Amino acid sequence: MTAAMTGHRTATVTGTGPGTGAGALLEVSELDAWYGRARILNQVDLAVARGEVVALLGRNGAGKSTTFRAIAGLVEQRSGRVSFAGTDVSRRASYEIARLGLGYVPEDRRIFTDLTVMENLEVGRQAPRNGAPSWTPERLFTLFPNLAEMRNRPGGRMSGGEQQMLTIARTLMGNPLLILLDEPSEGLAPRIVEMMANAILELKKEGLTVVLSEQNLHFAALVSDRAVIIETGAIRYRGTMAELAADEEVRRAYLTM
Amino acid sequence: MGFLVAQFLSGLAHASSLFLVAAGLSIIFGVTRIVNFAHGSFYMLGAFVAYSLADRLSGALGFWGAVAGAAVFAGLLGVAVEVLLLRRLYRSPELFQLLATFGLVLVVQDLALAIWGPEDLLGPRAPGLEGIVRILGRPFPQYDLLLIALGPAVLGLLWLLFHRTRWGILVRAATEDREMTGALGVKQTRLFTSVLFLGTALAGLAGALQVPREAANLQMDINIVVEAFVVVVIGGMGSVAGAFLASLLIGQLQAFGILIFPQVTLVLVFLVMALVLVVRPYGLLGRPQAVPRAGHAPETPIAPASQGARIAWAAALAVLLALPLAVGDYALVVLTEVFVLALFASSLHFAMGPGGMVSFGHAAYFGLGAYGAGLLMKHLGAGMVPGLIAAPLAAGLGALVFGWFCVRLSGVYLAMLTLAFAQIVWSVAFQWYSVTGGDNGILGVWPAAWAAPKWAFYYLSLVLAGGGIYLLRRVIFSPFGYALRAGRDSPLRSDAIGIPVKRHQWAAFTLSGAAAGLAGGLYAYSKGSVFPNLISISTSVDALVMVLLGGVQTLTGPIVGAAVFHGLETEMVRHTDYWRLLLGVAIIAMVLVFPQGVVGALERLRPRRPGQAREEAVAR
Repeated sequence: MTAAMTGHRTATVTGTGPGTGAGALLEVSELDAWYGRARILNQVDLAVARGEVVALLGRNGAGKSTTFRAIAGLVEQRSGRVSFAGTDVSRRASYEIARLGLGYVPEDRRIFTDLTVMENLEVGRQAPRNGAPSWTPERLFTLFPNLAEMRNRPGGRMSGGEQQMLTIARTLMGNPLLILLDEPSEGLAPRIVEMMANAILELKKEGLTVVLSEQNLHFAALVSDRAVIIETGAIRYRGTMAELAADEEVRRAYLTM
Repeated sequence: MGFLVAQFLSGLAHASSLFLVAAGLSIIFGVTRIVNFAHGSFYMLGAFVAYSLADRLSGALGFWGAVAGAAVFAGLLGVAVEVLLLRRLYRSPELFQLLATFGLVLVVQDLALAIWGPEDLLGPRAPGLEGIVRILGRPFPQYDLLLIALGPAVLGLLWLLFHRTRWGILVRAATEDREMTGALGVKQTRLFTSVLFLGTALAGLAGALQVPREAANLQMDINIVVEAFVVVVIGGMGSVAGAFLASLLIGQLQAFGILIFPQVTLVLVFLVMALVLVVRPYGLLGRPQAVPRAGHAPETPIAPASQGARIAWAAALAVLLALPLAVGDYALVVLTEVFVLALFASSLHFAMGPGGMVSFGHAAYFGLGAYGAGLLMKHLGAGMVPGLIAAPLAAGLGALVFGWFCVRLSGVYLAMLTLAFAQIVWSVAFQWYSVTGGDNGILGVWPAAWAAPKWAFYYLSLVLAGGGIYLLRRVIFSPFGYALRAGRDSPLRSDAIGIPVKRHQWAAFTLSGAAAGLAGGLYAYSKGSVFPNLISISTSVDALVMVLLGGVQTLTGPIVGAAVFHGLETEMVRHTDYWRLLLGVAIIAMVLVFPQGVVGALERLRPRRPGQAREEAVAR
């Protein structure tokens, strides 16, 4: 497995540049977020270039999910700048952000349990988009073959791994330019984690930009070009995956339990 | 045999119109999470508009044109209501939405009264279906056969709409998880508006189709909406198929119940609902409601009165004690009523605020208290003092029994079950003529001689109501009160640290009922009479309005709410025939302007203690 994956990886690495500047597809600066009067994010900066896979790492409760939710427009109280594909989306509603091609895949999957697999995909469907890979249910079934066998099964009667595939496929139906993948490997069996890693590398090959959050450093290292570490709501580290692998001090400070 | 078949068929016909209304209510609730009390108003308007249109259009097409026109009219009105009112309330607490739609009920009632007048209006028969058919020798209206076919037909069409169109799939997705649907790029406002159109058009259609069967009248709205609530709750909120099953059940229950227990048909319906909810807490085909995600910020916890507040209370009490020296009897009577209502509102607040149990039928306990005192006087000739002791006992006993069922549920289901129990108490008071006197009520419930002067009864009410409110307040800050609030905020954690949450809620519900009963007893003696309308839905809603006006998460709220509400009502009734219109507009305006209640809004203006926000951020 690793050999095949490393092959993908070396073939598609786009360099180690942090992807800042005017060329960035997603640019987040000074992002703050609150729940009630509790401040969760503190001046988060993040820039992602087209075609990159970036891992947002950090422990439980560090602010990974809130960062994604705030970017996707799902946190009511937020401030700062979020620009996506040249548009300022910091004050936009979540459906507008999704329609610009920024896809969000929640950590807890949130499959529509009453709807069948096909119906779940239909909810996510948007028109094809310039510059983004274009998806149909059939194409998604080649990416996630398990789903092809259960087109008419209600989402509520699927295993956790199948739901994780469906939630990604559902977001891909919107033909996004970029997806925010919140902890894609969480709670999955090792075999499914491996499939998930392959799928993400496949998406990268298609030209999709991916930001994923992870606690599983091993998984993140398999699929990502760069790492960003968040701790108590603030960014503490940026570097390439290789740099992070070499820096035991950083890993011990922010990632090990 | 023929008779039973005819009865069965008329049950089916009734079930069909019930289903049309309930399906609309259920669809609207499913997507918007708003319990639309005004749903019956669209039904009533459908009937009135169809009547007027059928009058103007002629021929065979005229009648059906009028029916279609009425449905479209109701649907468009639903769109207007969504755009102008509901859209601003999606983030408000559930009860505010309920209250706003109740305001709408009042507005529509008075508008309908102004346009169509108070008389019942009998419309034309359906052309081509005026006659009867013989079924096993029994005459049966042709028109009812059409209705019987219509129910399953609409169910089928709705099924196709929800499973075979993109719109329907999006509606089902939004019913399950609104936020996720939005995050996938679906514009919700348009979805909500179209759902309102469909739901209210179905209600309008049902109302229009009723025109050949019964005269259009101004009581149609509340009657049908209560029945539709029962159907939706039994079927499971948000489930169309469940609504269909439940309307068949209720239709048959009424068709045959009237043969077996003609006196208690109403009780029967609500008893079945209570039974279903005990066995299946989310209805026949319902599922547990999703916990709202990332909703409003948590409320600031209530705190014991500060030094300043204590002084203000003492001053207010001193003014109230001195007042009989300065003002006349009329003012004393109004103030006495305010005291009684303040206790009533505080008792409801106790269940809703610290207890977290929204009672939509608190009038039951107010009424049990009043009837407890009244019946003791009527049948045993007891005086005021035993009456005032019996009042909280009777209501507390009722709350003990009903509460056992209610604390098993939560949220809207709990509210609907409390409503069901209130309707049971109401129908007993209304229909058990030999004991309660039915709608003639109980007269001559006067205070003892020593309490008869207005000023004496004023002091008595001040002491008892004030004492009751003080007691409830003390309980909130007792260990029991803290445990109760812990159970409200996090049932699982409270369970885990050993708090028997349900038992605490049950005790709180009983105490709240007893306090409402004391208020009811006082009210009976202040009026000298007891009538079934003390237990009606509008009494329950009055109490809710008072609490919500004041703000649920404040302790002063219910008292201020009672004073403002009673003051407004008294003034409006004096000056206009259209007081319901004004009250409705006032309720809607206040819900829009003060989503936290009056006292809550005042508290928000007060500057926060410095550093408070920081501490909370750290605690998080």
